[in-house]
Amino acid sequence: MTTATSKTEASRDLAAEKEKWLRAHRQMVRIRLFEEQVNELYTRALMPGLAHLYSGEEAVAVGICEALNLDDYITSTHRGHGHCLAKGASPDRMFAELLGKEAGYCRGKGGSMHIADPATGNLGANAIVGGSVGIATGAALAAKRLENGRVAVCFFGEGALGQGSLYEVMNLAQLWKLPVIYVCENNLYNEYTHYSETTAGTILGRAAAFGIEAETADGQDVRAVHEIATRLVKRARAGAGPAFLQADTYRYSGHHVGDINREYYRSKQEEQHWKSERDPIQLHGKWLVNQHYADAALLEGIAAEARKEMEAAVKFAVEAGYPAEAQVSEDVYA
Amino acid sequence: MPERELTFAQAVREALAEEMRRDERVCIFGEDVAEAGTPFKVLSGLVEEFGRERVLDTPISEAGFTGIGVGAAMTGLRPVVDIMFGDFLTLTMDQMVNQAAKAHYMSGGHWKVPMVLRTTLGATRRSAAQHSQSLQAWFSHVPGLKVVLPSTPYDAKGLLKSAIRDENPVVFFEDKMMYKLKGPVPEDDYTIPFGVADVKREGDDISFVATSSMVQVALGAALLLEKEGISAEVIDPRTTWPLDEKSIIESVKKTSRVIVMDEGYGRYGVAAELAAVIAEGAFYDLDAPVKRMGAMHVPIPFSPPLEDLTVPTERAVFEAARKMCGK
Repeated sequence: MTTATSKTEASRDLAAEKEKWLRAHRQMVRIRLFEEQVNELYTRALMPGLAHLYSGEEAVAVGICEALNLDDYITSTHRGHGHCLAKGASPDRMFAELLGKEAGYCRGKGGSMHIADPATGNLGANAIVGGSVGIATGAALAAKRLENGRVAVCFFGEGALGQGSLYEVMNLAQLWKLPVIYVCENNLYNEYTHYSETTAGTILGRAAAFGIEAETADGQDVRAVHEIATRLVKRARAGAGPAFLQADTYRYSGHHVGDINREYYRSKQEEQHWKSERDPIQLHGKWLVNQHYADAALLEGIAAEARKEMEAAVKFAVEAGYPAEAQVSEDVYA
Repeated sequence: MPERELTFAQAVREALAEEMRRDERVCIFGEDVAEAGTPFKVLSGLVEEFGRERVLDTPISEAGFTGIGVGAAMTGLRPVVDIMFGDFLTLTMDQMVNQAAKAHYMSGGHWKVPMVLRTTLGATRRSAAQHSQSLQAWFSHVPGLKVVLPSTPYDAKGLLKSAIRDENPVVFFEDKMMYKLKGPVPEDDYTIPFGVADVKREGDDISFVATSSMVQVALGAALLLEKEGISAEVIDPRTTWPLDEKSIIESVKKTSRVIVMDEGYGRYGVAAELAAVIAEGAFYDLDAPVKRMGAMHVPIPFSPPLEDLTVPTERAVFEAARKMCGK
């Protein structure tokens, strides 16, 4: 190898590295701005139903989904917009779904808590806490049987640690060495209750009991999440079996948009601390600047572009039509 | 050549084996399904032919492995999930009702769940309240599920093959008291479509609309009635959803009297629904009120003399029918 080639390679690696982390930043910003629009739609009473915002947790979805292929599977939760976007869904059809429009991912029949999209391997968000743990594990079983090299990521909040079926499928996944990664997003609150009041023992101890490879990540650090996820995904793809990742994070908003007065379960100081000291986008943005991967203008450009994208997506959704009445009884059976 | 006869259990096994040979995506999982072949020995021999990759023993985790069935079905396999006793269906309810039944609709038709949940029903096996229930009504209530109730070995084979080939989640109930029942079963590959009732016996004076275990009871009662000069028709819907309302209504219009029977609880049950369908569709042709017969509204007791009171018998059906016909 000549010195010239290795220099070219090194600069190509550096460019790839820079592009990867800029892309991670862009993805997190898109999720944040998507959720800002959701909040806006909801508070303006344009959005029916419930809205559970992912703001504050962006580094988890992005760090993990950036380690996946398009045809890898995910299952998501009621707080699922971030997972959906990070896996590649497009915001216009997402907003359309949130508004119950025909153009939505589920033709308006699923709504915010049920977005699913085969094109991006999204098996669906789930409004039953822990409801998708079997689905993700089953997708891993199919991937193994069909030898298609795919892995499944099962996102759930720490609230799902209370559901017994999680432990049933973790046991099975380890027995059958399935390529599934259980990602526990510990945002500290099971709805309106601190997880310490609902969770005996440790979180990782649950995985350890089954001999499942388990790690903890700082869920506000997209690079840390991504580094671990890449390792666990590679391991699962190679046939080494399931893994469990505890990502410590924080939910900026209430359980849902209507959960305004939260002081009976957490303080404003606590919220402020996470927002000003632990924000995944700010932290990663600073790192990008320190690495000379970006400057303030570039980051502002990314945000401006994402804002424009979200505004256009909302406009698309608001203007889109509702499903025809005949659709109420379509798609009950395949 | 005389027609080949198989037991109900053999017919189920043959359907599974044929489908597994036809389509390598078909796999079975559940408790003690492999070498043990289930406590009823319905699956004996399958693991030997298809291997442990396709016939998988699971831990005692009904919710867990039913959920895995849902996910595997969505992503390319055709799982047949075995729930040993119908009573254990309670443990699968979230996976069946909130996940399997709704995935297609909630995703706007994008995901499909082609899975079969095989299980048992039926009392009188002296197994007490947690191993004797017939819970088909619960699933028949839920849009997105199909519910199959075979009553003969012939139907069991043809319906199970249809269930495995269906693109939807199907709950397949086998009467565990019927596993040894013999009947003609062709060796050919045949399927029986869902939503097509079968007239098991033609008659003119009264219709018995009966499912699963109750079909045999209805046929027995019809023989007793014949001696009294009463001609009973026995019609078996075979699937509670989709339901062949038309054939049921036609039969009742012809006979003007009807007893509906299902081994589940009659109240709010399959029998209740069948009665409502008949009341809506054949009210002006009825000469007597529709009668429901099903399990007594009690948990199934252990003590044999008590348990035997809880399920309709040929004699009870015979008496009720004779009274309805004014004889």
